[in-house]
Amino acid sequence: MAQAATASAGHGEIDEHHWTSTGLDTRKLAIWGFIGSECLFFASLIATYLVYRGKSLVGPLPHTESQCMMHGKMQACEAIFEIPLVTFGTAVLLFSSLFVVLALYGAQKGDRKMLITWLSATVLCGLFFVGMQVYEFYHFFHKGLGYSTNLFSSTFYTLTGFHGSHVTLGVIWLSTMLVLALRGKLPPEKALNLELAALYWHFVDVVWIVIFPVVYLMR
Amino acid sequence: MATSVLEHRAPAMPHAHPKTGLWSWITTVDHKRIGILYGATAFLFFLLGGLEALIIRLQLTGPNGKLVDPDTYNALFTMHGTTMIFLGVMPLSAMFFNYFIPLQIGARDVAFPRLNAFSYWVFLLGGIFINISFLVGAPPDGGWFGYANLTSSRVIPSTAAAPAPGLNIDFWVIGLQILGIASIAAALNFFVTIVNLRAPGMKMLRMPMFVWMSFVVQVLLLLAFPVITVALIYLMMDRNFGTSFFMPDGGGDPIMWQHLFWIFGHPEVYILILPAFGIASEILPVFSRKPLFGYTAMVFSGIFIGFVGFGVWSHHMFATGMGPFADTFFSLATMVIALPTGVKIFNWIGTIWGGSLRYTTAMMMAIAMVALFVIGGLSGVMHSSAPADLQQTDTYFIVAHFHYVLFGGAIFGLTAGAYYWWPKMFGRLLDEKLGKAHFWLMFLGMNATFFPMHILGLNGMPRRVYSYPEGLNFEFWNLIETVGAFVLAFSFLIFLVNIIKTWMGPRNAPADPWHGATLEWAIPSPPQEFNFPKLPQVGSSVPQWDARRAAGGHLPEPALVSGEGIHMPNPSFWPLMAAIGVNLTLGSLLFIRQLPYWYGLTLFGAAWLFVSVYKWAFEPAH
Repeated sequence: MAQAATASAGHGEIDEHHWTSTGLDTRKLAIWGFIGSECLFFASLIATYLVYRGKSLVGPLPHTESQCMMHGKMQACEAIFEIPLVTFGTAVLLFSSLFVVLALYGAQKGDRKMLITWLSATVLCGLFFVGMQVYEFYHFFHKGLGYSTNLFSSTFYTLTGFHGSHVTLGVIWLSTMLVLALRGKLPPEKALNLELAALYWHFVDVVWIVIFPVVYLMR
Repeated sequence: MATSVLEHRAPAMPHAHPKTGLWSWITTVDHKRIGILYGATAFLFFLLGGLEALIIRLQLTGPNGKLVDPDTYNALFTMHGTTMIFLGVMPLSAMFFNYFIPLQIGARDVAFPRLNAFSYWVFLLGGIFINISFLVGAPPDGGWFGYANLTSSRVIPSTAAAPAPGLNIDFWVIGLQILGIASIAAALNFFVTIVNLRAPGMKMLRMPMFVWMSFVVQVLLLLAFPVITVALIYLMMDRNFGTSFFMPDGGGDPIMWQHLFWIFGHPEVYILILPAFGIASEILPVFSRKPLFGYTAMVFSGIFIGFVGFGVWSHHMFATGMGPFADTFFSLATMVIALPTGVKIFNWIGTIWGGSLRYTTAMMMAIAMVALFVIGGLSGVMHSSAPADLQQTDTYFIVAHFHYVLFGGAIFGLTAGAYYWWPKMFGRLLDEKLGKAHFWLMFLGMNATFFPMHILGLNGMPRRVYSYPEGLNFEFWNLIETVGAFVLAFSFLIFLVNIIKTWMGPRNAPADPWHGATLEWAIPSPPQEFNFPKLPQVGSSVPQWDARRAAGGHLPEPALVSGEGIHMPNPSFWPLMAAIGVNLTLGSLLFIRQLPYWYGLTLFGAAWLFVSVYKWAFEPAH
C-alpha cells in the first residue's frame, strides 16, 4: 500500500521496473493464488475420502476389526491405524511451521546463525514426517492394506500420499534455501525467497491439520 | 514480419536479444510473441477439430452412413470435443489473454514471462501428445466427458476372455493432465498480472471489460482444474492399478466421476464463453461510439456468473436420478444463472441502442455473437427444468444448445476479436470485403448446421450414435446440416485467404484504426517489445477516449522510441526444457502398467524437469 500511495503522489517518481498496483510482491501473490488452487485439489481428495467412508466391501478397516483377504483366505484382521505414532508426526510437522517462522525472522534480521539453526530444524522435521509416512505405508501394506484392497485404502493412500509428496517437495525447496543460507546467499533483502517457501510450508501443514482429524480421529 | 520495425531500430536497442529467427521464438518470453504462438497453434488445432466435425457430418448425411465404422465415429466425436475445448477455444482465448491483458492494463509484460512461455510449450506438447494417439491407432473414444465406467474398465489383470483395453483412454487421461498443468500455470500468471501490474491509476473498476472477464476466467481455471486433476488421477488408478474409485464391483460409484468431472466441467463452460463476452464488450462500444452501458453491472454479473457457475454442475446429471432435493436445487441454481447473463445481454443492447454504428466485420461478428448466444442461452434455460431435461438428455437438442453457445458464442466472439485486434497485432488491417463474406457464410453455415439439430433432437435423434436407420424422418435435416457444415468450413477458408492476402499486403494499420477506448490503441501497431515507453497514467475506464478528447479529437501517431533504459526480461530456453520434462514425466505414465522398464523414463523425465526448474530458478531473469 505504501508503494501505491507514493506512486499516486506523483507520476514522475514511480520506479517503473518495480511498480505493482497493490504494493505486494508478485511472487507472493502467485504463491497465494497457487495455494488457493491447491485447496480445491485437496478438497477433492478429502471429499472423496469422506464420501467413500464406510463403503469398503472388505477389510482391513481404519478403526475396527474386519474380515479381510490374507494369504489367499478370508480371516479376521485388526484395525489398521496407530494413532500415537501419527499424533507424534503431526506434532512434529506443526512445530516445523513454528521453526520456519523463526528461520524467516533470522533471515529478515540478518541473523545467520538463527536462520541456519531453525531452517535445519524445519527440514529435519519435514524429513521425519516423510519418514514416518513411509514407515506407516510400509507397515499398513504388511498388515494387508494394498493400494487397491478396498475403497478405504485407495482413498487413504491417494490423499495422504499426495500430501506426503507435497511435504517432500517442501523439504526439497527448504533444503535449497538452506544450502543458499549456508553459502551466505540469503541476505535480509532476499528473505522474501524464504518467505515464499515458508508460505507453501504453512499451507502443507494446514492441510494436514484437516487430514489428521478427518482421517485418523473421526470414527 | 511483425519484427521488421524492430529491426530498423536494432542499433539503438540497449541489449542484444536476437530479434528474428527460430531460436528467438523458441526462447521468447515476450507476451506478444507467446500470444501469436498460442494463436497460430490453436488455430491449427481448431482446423483439425473442424476436419473431425466434417467427417462426422459426412457420416450422418444420409441414413445408414458407411463412411466410418462405429469405433472410428466414437474417436471422432471424442476428439472433436476434446480438441475444440482444450486445444481450440481455450488457447485461442489464451492468445488474447497473452497479447491484450498486458496492453490493456498498461503493463510491459505479464508477471512471470518465463512461466508464460512454459505454459505455451506444455500446451503445445500436450496437444501433440493427445493427437499422436491417432498415429498409433488408439485415439480416445470415451467422449470428452469420459464417463466412468465406460472409461474406468481395468487394464489389469487381462485374460483371454477379458482382454485389456487399448491405450485410447490413457492418451486422453494423460493428455488432459498435461494440458491442465499448462492451464493452471497460465491462470496463475494472468491472475497475478491483472491484480498487480495495472498501470498507475487503473483501479479494478477502471479495467477494460475484456480484462475483467479474463480475470474471472483465471479464477475459474485456478479453482476448477484441480478437481479434474483429481478425477483423472482416480481414473488412471482404476485403469492401471485395480482400484475401485468408479467401479461398482469394489464398492465405488461411477456417478462419483460425473460429480468430479462436472464440478470442473461446468465452470469450464464459463471459461470458454466469458472471454468472448469480454471481447464483445470491447467491440460493441467502440463501433457504437458509446461507452459500455452499465459497466459496473457488467462487472458484477460476470463475477456472479463465475461464482454461481460452481453451484450448477449437477444439471448435467439430471438423468442419473439424484432425487427431488438435488434436482430442485440444481434447477433453481441454473435458472438463477440466467439472470446475470440476461443483465449482460440487455447491457449490450443498451450499448448499441442509439449509437452511431459502424458495421465492420468485427462489429457484425460481435452482434451475431450476442444474438446466437441468446438462442443457446434460451435452450439452456429449458434444460434447467429437470423434467424437460430428461426428455432432451442425450438427444441432438443438447448438441444444438451447446453449439449455439460455444460456436455462436465463443467462436463468433473470438473471431470478432481477431478482426478487431489483427491490426494491433500485425500492423495490417484484415480485408473488410473478405471479412464480410466470411461473416455471412459463417453466420449462414452456423445456423444451417446447428439449428436443425433442435428439431432432430426433439424428434428423438440420439447423439453419439454413428448412424440412423431410414424412415425416421431424420434424412432431410441431416442433409441440411452437412451442407451447413461445409459452408462453415468454406467461410474459414475465406478467413485463411484473408489472412494470407493481408500478410502479403502492405502495413496499413495506424496505431488506432477504430478509435478505440483502451490503452492498447495508444501505442504503435504492432507494439514495440516494451509496449509502453512510459507507464501510462489512467483516469477512467476509457483512457484512450480521454486522450482523444483532450487532444481535440485528433491524436498524432505515437512515435517509435529507442527504449533505452527499459529492462525487458531475458530470453530463456528453460521453459521449453521444463515443458519437455513435464511431458516426459507424465507421458511415460501411458505405459505405467509395463513395469519396470517405463518407470525408468518417468524417473528420467522427473530428473530432466528437476534440472530444468533449478536452471530456470537460478538464471537471471533480467
